[in-house]
Amino acid sequence: MADEQKPEGSAAPSPEGGEGVKPPAKPAADAVKAAPPKPPAAAGHPAPKPPATMAATPWDSDLASELKERFGDRITETSTYLGQNFLVVKPESAIAVLEYLKLEADFDYLVDITAVDWPKRAARFDLVYIVYSFSRNERVRIKTYIAEGYKPDSAVGVHLTANWLEREVFDMFGIQFAGHPDLRRILMPDEWQGHPLRKDYSIIQQDQRWVQENLGIESGQ
Amino acid sequence: MPDTTFLDSTELVLNMGPQHPSTHGVLRVILKLDGEKVLGTDCVIGYLHRGVEKIAENRTFAQFNPYVDRMDYVAAVSNGLGYCLAVEKLLNIEAPPRAQAVRVVLTELNRIASHLLWLGTHALDIGAITPVFYCFREREEALKIFEQYCGARLTTHAFRIGGLQYETYDGFEKDVKAFCEMFLPKVDEYEELLTNNRIWVGRLKGVGILTADECKEYGVTGPVLRAAGVKWDLRKAQPYSGYEKYEFEIPTRENGDTYDRYIVRMQEMRQSVRIMQQAVEAIPEGPIMGKVGKVIKPAVGEAYVSLEAPKGELGYYVVSDGATQPYRVRVRPPSFVNLQALDRMVRGGLVADVVAIIGTLDIVLGEVDR
Repeated sequence: MADEQKPEGSAAPSPEGGEGVKPPAKPAADAVKAAPPKPPAAAGHPAPKPPATMAATPWDSDLASELKERFGDRITETSTYLGQNFLVVKPESAIAVLEYLKLEADFDYLVDITAVDWPKRAARFDLVYIVYSFSRNERVRIKTYIAEGYKPDSAVGVHLTANWLEREVFDMFGIQFAGHPDLRRILMPDEWQGHPLRKDYSIIQQDQRWVQENLGIESGQ
Repeated sequence: MPDTTFLDSTELVLNMGPQHPSTHGVLRVILKLDGEKVLGTDCVIGYLHRGVEKIAENRTFAQFNPYVDRMDYVAAVSNGLGYCLAVEKLLNIEAPPRAQAVRVVLTELNRIASHLLWLGTHALDIGAITPVFYCFREREEALKIFEQYCGARLTTHAFRIGGLQYETYDGFEKDVKAFCEMFLPKVDEYEELLTNNRIWVGRLKGVGILTADECKEYGVTGPVLRAAGVKWDLRKAQPYSGYEKYEFEIPTRENGDTYDRYIVRMQEMRQSVRIMQQAVEAIPEGPIMGKVGKVIKPAVGEAYVSLEAPKGELGYYVVSDGATQPYRVRVRPPSFVNLQALDRMVRGGLVADVVAIIGTLDIVLGEVDR
């Protein structure tokens, strides 16, 4: 793998005229990471570069329009990507949407709660709920964008399974859930400092003090 | 005069694990007891936490593939299949038909191996020594096929993103058919030992009941959900890897107790044999690898793909930012979610039943802790 990547990196700064298709596409793909989409200056280019945002298309269905009607502008997006439907809702409405889906649309199984860290964004975290309906055999993702320090409401009142799932999100990202009955770390030790799945937490980073106190060794890192 | 005591005289806090043979790994359960009766539990987990999701963000898509085998290490093939399916979904490709058929054969073989390990150790926990030897005897035959196929027995890394690395070896079909033929009578043999055994029935019937509603409330899936009467299996509900082509039943039971979960898993092994027999008969010719570049670089986007692992719904939520490394990989582990229902199942029961209930949940701590 590493061998494969090297020639590309070295090819990019010295673009040769002959094989024009590949090299111009590569820097664009790398730029995707940091910057917002470039203006479509290279519109006439033969190889369209991948868009910097997810190429989601609007999700049209009875359920989507039902939800929009019920929640209005509290749902900011109803989209589908690769055949998977998702909603983007305002943070304060996430639990209301979960409850509505459970009680009115039979989405009675909360599959997962997780988060994604985007440190450069103003609303730093994606908080993602995945729900499934046994009777409709349908899966929907509910996403909210929350800022650092924002305390989203706990979903334990709607789905009991949210208890451990939210504890894990708290443990890994430091997102505090308001009204959670037992918000403790779940995988990391209770006294651990830091939240490992944040992007600014390096892969070799440890809580040195904890390691010394509890394992009696100097950290190997 | 000291009239308050630290504990009520009838209450006792008992620490079980993390080093306890019946917790199937390093699970620590703190039990609050009143005599023999369980009043409540607190699970302490994380002893095997290796930061798999963090590792994913620092490896390329292909490099991360072997790591997933180390989560549920007794059903590594299902783990690998789930991850490959998720990245394939992001890339918007599908494995070729030949690869899909081989994947189904190996996944079902692994389901049997996983259930055999569960049955052996579960019976051992209850006090039946013999089944564990029988189960490991047949599991060995399944592992031999893995070893012949890819050189590894447990953490197989059998699949690659886009298909398979290895073509099947000469005699693969013959070996699988021979295994199926050999294995079905063995399931009867286990059932002869256990199903109507008075001690077995006495220890399992009515123990650790989890109703269908409770299962949904706790997000519990897999055989535990089916034993409570919900006919739901992702292989049928949302087929992947060509499962829609094979005929099989979803075994269910009504009571949701430990005995029913035992019966469901026994029947699932028979159904897995059925699937394997159909799949191995009709492995199509053709390529084993789809059109995947040497550098895997999915477009910006995200996908959640899940499958029916031996323990329940195993899901992968993969986010790509257009780079060669995943931006985020979230594993939705069935063991972790199912374990949460332990408290509900043991409350009000006897302390000896805790062992039976942990066994029947069929958790693997490598997957709980990741």
